[in-house]
Amino acid sequence: METGRFGEYGGQYVPETLMNAVHELEEAYAHYKSDPEFNKELEDLLKNYAGRPSLLYYAEKMTKDLGGAKIYLKREDLNHTGSHKINNVLGQVLLAKKMGKTRVIAETGAGQHGVATATAAALMGMECEIFMGKEDTERQALNVFRMELLGAKVHPVTTGTMTLKDAVNEAMREWTSRVEDTLYVLGSVMGPHPFPMIVRDFQSVISKESRRQILEAEGKLPDAVVACVGGGSNAMGSFYEYIKDENVQLIGCEAAGLGVDNPKNAATIANGSVGIFHGMKSLFCQNEYGQIAPVYSISAGLDYPGIGPEHAWLNDTGRATYVPITDEEAVQAFEYLSRTEGIIPAIESAHAIAQVMKIAGQMKKEQIIVATVSGRGDKDVAAIARYRGVEIYE
Amino acid sequence: MSRIRKAFEKGKAFIAFITGGDPDLETSYELIKTMAENGADLIEIGIPFSDPIAEGPVIQEADLRSLSSGTTTDALFDMVVRLRKEIDIPLLFMTYMNPIYVYGTGRFLARCAQAGIDGIIVPDVPFEEKAELAEDCRKNGIDLISMIAPTSQKRIETIAKEAEGFLYCVSSLGVTGVRSEITTDIGSMVKHVKSVTDVPVAVGFGIATPEQAKKMAGLSDGAIVGSAIVKLVAQYGKEAVPYVADYVKSMKAGVMEASS
Repeated sequence: METGRFGEYGGQYVPETLMNAVHELEEAYAHYKSDPEFNKELEDLLKNYAGRPSLLYYAEKMTKDLGGAKIYLKREDLNHTGSHKINNVLGQVLLAKKMGKTRVIAETGAGQHGVATATAAALMGMECEIFMGKEDTERQALNVFRMELLGAKVHPVTTGTMTLKDAVNEAMREWTSRVEDTLYVLGSVMGPHPFPMIVRDFQSVISKESRRQILEAEGKLPDAVVACVGGGSNAMGSFYEYIKDENVQLIGCEAAGLGVDNPKNAATIANGSVGIFHGMKSLFCQNEYGQIAPVYSISAGLDYPGIGPEHAWLNDTGRATYVPITDEEAVQAFEYLSRTEGIIPAIESAHAIAQVMKIAGQMKKEQIIVATVSGRGDKDVAAIARYRGVEIYE
Repeated sequence: MSRIRKAFEKGKAFIAFITGGDPDLETSYELIKTMAENGADLIEIGIPFSDPIAEGPVIQEADLRSLSSGTTTDALFDMVVRLRKEIDIPLLFMTYMNPIYVYGTGRFLARCAQAGIDGIIVPDVPFEEKAELAEDCRKNGIDLISMIAPTSQKRIETIAKEAEGFLYCVSSLGVTGVRSEITTDIGSMVKHVKSVTDVPVAVGFGIATPEQAKKMAGLSDGAIVGSAIVKLVAQYGKEAVPYVADYVKSMKAGVMEASS
């Protein structure tokens, strides 16, 4: 059986206890991905439950203000549950159900993937447990309650740095202790094969739609596609259908926290090196002995020391470019998009908007940027207020 | 025949694990020496990793204590060099792929050979990814220990056919740690292995009492104990040596009973 490589990256580095489970998932996915009934059900869920297709919105005021390229926003924030995470989760939970599983587990950083998983589990009648770093449960207390409201059990993870990386560790540990009836619904294009492929395929609905939508609106492809990258699921979904279109520049925006030269950052492409962790060979922030580095970002969803293997490969081949965006730049973009277009983006997505603000003005007026607003920013309002010195608590 | 295989020739083996550098290198050195003197037939030394996904809380915390005290892979190589002047039982490193890969897999295994390490156990490298290590292990005469788990089923034969040193049989689902009861049918797993290879099989995960050790060694060729020892180190810290000595003695006695 193939082990899912992107160049040298990827692979299946998991304990023996999980090998049959990942093989079972590989086989099930290979079967269902071309099963007309599965695809019909999934399309129905995406349309009638998640609210797809999401809008490709022409940000006219932002375009005029920045004075260069035409800016279109792919509005994943308008999906049910408020982010792109629902695209993958509906696919995976439906797959779990077809596989005869009765329970799903997942990690979450900002809580978006946890909320999406809890939502799909409620809809499809599955038991659901979410692992979330204790620090994140405090940063995103509202999302914890939201998941509980949806019937999920939330486990605050108190090991390590108590953030996303540790939530993944704990979800993997939980999966090894209960594989028979449980599927680990991974939230990003990471982990052991087949997860990077499955999550990419389910998220590629973003670029399938946006490519069609921009051709309808402008009669041509965009010059650049911009998305934020933590593990990299919305970016992979935003890029995928354009990979073959060589003139479309693909730009991923990493979380640089307090700056790429400051230890408090999460910019894996800028600062990482090749390693093997969380089931995959990819790039990781780590020290000379291969100890994974504690990373930091204002955004809980980008606060991850690694990146999906396909991104590492797109970076190596030069097909995609990855740029670091600091907390301050992201917060400014968060405020800018709110004021200019009346769209409050997730702080994760604000990293992509910050890059648009940097490049749009230098581009020609006939050029086009498509930027993905991966989620809505309601969850971040209190944190941004605190960043600006206003003490609001949820 | 490798030193690991020879260790199983003498009868059922008691295999002890501790995290290297927990609570510090000096205590760790003394603990390993003591375990060898009190009956351990093989010793696994854990190279601490920041994110040990196959470990339960006891060994996770040990890794953290060790890393906080400043333990590095190089410091553990130096410790093994010193230990080799004192003890001649097989020593194995247990760690995750990332510390090995980032150190440089070839360089890591060459240093293992120089220092006197006999084998390595890397729980996040399954059979399918073995190529990551196999060639460098072979070049340096280091046994790459394979694991089988209760979920392995048909995979047991494939894995066992290429096994070297000994085969690590994971007793239960989940991560390392003490369990009150082991419910897997170990006997039939071992029988399955024995039908394709003569490599010895040792059982680990969840063994804490001499009775459990006796039972598991009775069903196989040896018992592996980690978390129960590490718990003593957590409890007594730098004063742990006599407690670990007594414990190892009692566990070895349990294993010996299975031999008779």
